[in-house]
Amino acid sequence: MNQNNVILNTLTYVVFFMIFLFSIHIFLAGHFAPGGGFVGGLLMASGLLLLYVTFDLETVRKMLPINYSILVAIGLLFALGTASIGLVAGDAFFTHYFNHFQLPLLGDSELHTAMLFDTGVYLVVVGVTMMIIESIGGDQ
Amino acid sequence: MTIFLAICIPFLMALLVPLMYTFFPKFKIGWFVLIAPLAVLGILASYIPKIAGGQTAIYTYDWVPSLGMSITVYLDGLSMIFSLLISGVGALVILYAIHYLSSKEALHHFYCYLLLFMGAMLGVVFSDNMMVLYAFWELTSVSSFLLIAFWHHRHASRTGARKSMLITVTGGITMLIGFLLLHEMTGTFSIRKTIEQAAILYDHPLFIGALICVLIGAFTKSAQFPFHIWLPDAMEAPTPVSAYLHSATMVKAGIYIVARFTPIFAYGWTWFWLVTFVGLITLVWGSFNAVKQTDLKALLAFSTISQLGLIMSLLGMGSFAYHVQIDTSTIIYTQATFVALFHLVNHSTFKGALFMAVGIIDHEAGTRDIRRLGGLMSLMPITFTITVIGSMSMAGLPPFNGFLSKELFFSSALATASIDMTSLPSIVALVPIMAWVASIFTFIYSCILVVKTFFESPKKLPDVKIHEAPIGMLISPIILVSFVFGIFLFPNTLAKYILSPAMLSIYPQGASQEMMTPHISAWHGFNTELWMTIGVVVAGIILFKLLPKWKGIYNRLPKHLTLNGLFNRALYEAENVSSFITRLYMTGSLRQYMLFVYIVLLGVVGGYFALNDAFNFSMDNNAPIHIYEVILVGVMGAAAIAMLFVSSRVTATVLNGIIGYGLSIFFVIFRAPDLALTQLIVESVTTVLFLLCFTYLPAWKKDRLPSRTKIMNGIISVAVGMTVVAISLSVLHFNEFKTISSYFENAYELAGGKNIVNTILGDFRAFDTMLEVVVLCIASIGVYQMIRLRMKKGGDRHENK
Repeated sequence: MNQNNVILNTLTYVVFFMIFLFSIHIFLAGHFAPGGGFVGGLLMASGLLLLYVTFDLETVRKMLPINYSILVAIGLLFALGTASIGLVAGDAFFTHYFNHFQLPLLGDSELHTAMLFDTGVYLVVVGVTMMIIESIGGDQ
Repeated sequence: MTIFLAICIPFLMALLVPLMYTFFPKFKIGWFVLIAPLAVLGILASYIPKIAGGQTAIYTYDWVPSLGMSITVYLDGLSMIFSLLISGVGALVILYAIHYLSSKEALHHFYCYLLLFMGAMLGVVFSDNMMVLYAFWELTSVSSFLLIAFWHHRHASRTGARKSMLITVTGGITMLIGFLLLHEMTGTFSIRKTIEQAAILYDHPLFIGALICVLIGAFTKSAQFPFHIWLPDAMEAPTPVSAYLHSATMVKAGIYIVARFTPIFAYGWTWFWLVTFVGLITLVWGSFNAVKQTDLKALLAFSTISQLGLIMSLLGMGSFAYHVQIDTSTIIYTQATFVALFHLVNHSTFKGALFMAVGIIDHEAGTRDIRRLGGLMSLMPITFTITVIGSMSMAGLPPFNGFLSKELFFSSALATASIDMTSLPSIVALVPIMAWVASIFTFIYSCILVVKTFFESPKKLPDVKIHEAPIGMLISPIILVSFVFGIFLFPNTLAKYILSPAMLSIYPQGASQEMMTPHISAWHGFNTELWMTIGVVVAGIILFKLLPKWKGIYNRLPKHLTLNGLFNRALYEAENVSSFITRLYMTGSLRQYMLFVYIVLLGVVGGYFALNDAFNFSMDNNAPIHIYEVILVGVMGAAAIAMLFVSSRVTATVLNGIIGYGLSIFFVIFRAPDLALTQLIVESVTTVLFLLCFTYLPAWKKDRLPSRTKIMNGIISVAVGMTVVAISLSVLHFNEFKTISSYFENAYELAGGKNIVNTILGDFRAFDTMLEVVVLCIASIGVYQMIRLRMKKGGDRHENK
């Protein structure tokens, strides 16, 4: 970009991390409050979109050298792997397990295999959105 | 068991032919093929004493027992006659073909098709199960199609093959319907078991339908009026094929069906009338048309049609015996059937010989056109003798077998005409008149065949040195001709051993075998039949002499009114109409396809609701409406309507965004926070995406649709919208079943989560979510490959080749 968008740039530094943290929050809170992997992933993608709008494509690629197609694959593996846990354990496909644990810093927390599944969804949504935007935006 | 082998031999041989051809290319493959009919003939010969004694042979192999389909090989007198003809004439035809076809032809194909045909024909006459019979029946159609188009580089061969295929297969499928109707009535596919129930069948409402369907199958195959038009065109086949298929075997499959099903259908009068009169009309029409032909094979084709009509009408007359008690005074009626079988054998002998003789003439002289042939008598004496004997037999002259069957035919016709007039309309008096007229024409074309080919001076004979055919080619017709004469000398031997057991098959309830076998004698005194024959000869000779004077009547009939013309027009029109109808809806315009989809939706879904009076607009249980909702609906509705009239893409996008964000506010109002969040972000991201693509999109241009189309589209979209709204309102209060949502209220106990939506997505119904994720993934791959991997300019085109 030729213009000197100082305000936009500075704001982006701040806002991107806010969006990022909010997306992580919404993702983690999904099981008890509105949110979840899908919304979280989309929020994350819109945060990245903000970066693309502020800086140009090459700069963002240097900042975040992520191959989004690999991200999509990893996400799918997460989703499918979680679903297969039940098979290995002798239960039906897609059986989820959860229990309460005493974690060192967080205290009494519920750990749930659905969270792993949601992680998969999250990664796929981020990857897919960014892949589409990169393909279209990067096209000459 | 050996009889089952008889069916298998031709098929097995057909498998071996290509192997033989590959491994022994120098070997004349016809000699190897000749084994098949001889073996079948041998097997059949071993059964003759048993069958002549009135016994039958049966062998059953379960094929599809659950459907009642078994390959039941049933050999009785009727099958015996046909199978002897098939294998006997088959052997002679192969012997003839060995010398007729040059070794440059695709002989392995030819013999393969011929053996397939032979096996299929044997299957037809041996099958007791109607389904198996039908299977073999179609196999004869297919193999004859292949044989007619053997010289497939000729246009006429392909046309003839297509015509015969269309007609015989149409008939075959109609016959299949008839068989299924019979099955519906009796519960069995077995012909023998159906015959046992025959006496009670004719009251059944489906009886006439089954009868007509089966008859159409038989008539198409046997080239009866008006389905005979395929037979003259099938003469494009090699002559051995014409001799085999179109004189001795395939065209007699229909005769076989009529004879076989007589015990089932003859209890009703329809059978008698249809079979007799269709046969007689074919007889007259075929012989009348044979006279005008100039191609020898076409002449023989029409002659075959007419002779088949003769046999068919005799079978019809014979079925009259079902309406009277069979005793010595009424035996004259069953005699008609006997004559039919007798003439069937005779016709195969002399017509086979004639075809072969014509083939020899064609082979040696290079033409079959009688306008170019003449004076061949001294050049081809043996062929001449064969032709004369065959023609005299065909015309019904002594001392040949045709004379015997023609005399008996006249006496059956007279007997039918003298049937008690109180029970039948006097139209039966026409029977002997039609028979007599047809015989005159038969006499005339027999004369034409002999005189125009062998006498008279040669006119424009082709410029080749004509000489007698090699002995190999002459053997088969000589054998057939010796049968023509031999049957005349010893008709009663044939009658006793071969024909009379078949009478038991056609009249299972009738008298004894001996009673139904008339004594055939060459000299039977000066009775009406003899005077009729003398009349035929006299009138025939006079008319033949005057032929040039009255030949003009054949040109009177306008060309487009002929049956051939009708057939071609029907074919042409069928193509036109179907392509017209297809073009009506396959326009290639997506807009019109959408229109069809919506119209069908309106018709089917809306029509269903309207017909069942299912629209229900009860407003009793509706929740109260808030002011926010009214405002939102107003805004979104205004945006939606405005979108139809905007003239820039950006405006349309913004209006679309208004609808999307309005929707997310609705989700908030209706307490769906997850949906509201997702909708909000999805709307934003898609808007950004759209703006990204914006520069690449083609220029926005207004539709220039005629106002009529616009109004029509408007009406349909409003109608679809109203239908959907009406249906939504109607199903809104459909509370036949309790909702299952109470189950998901246990989300915390069952899935360890308090956000029910998320537990449903991630736990209860996670399978859907997973596949939706996969859908997203596929979409992204699609976008990626469309943009990144698209064709470079000037690159190779890999698709749409």
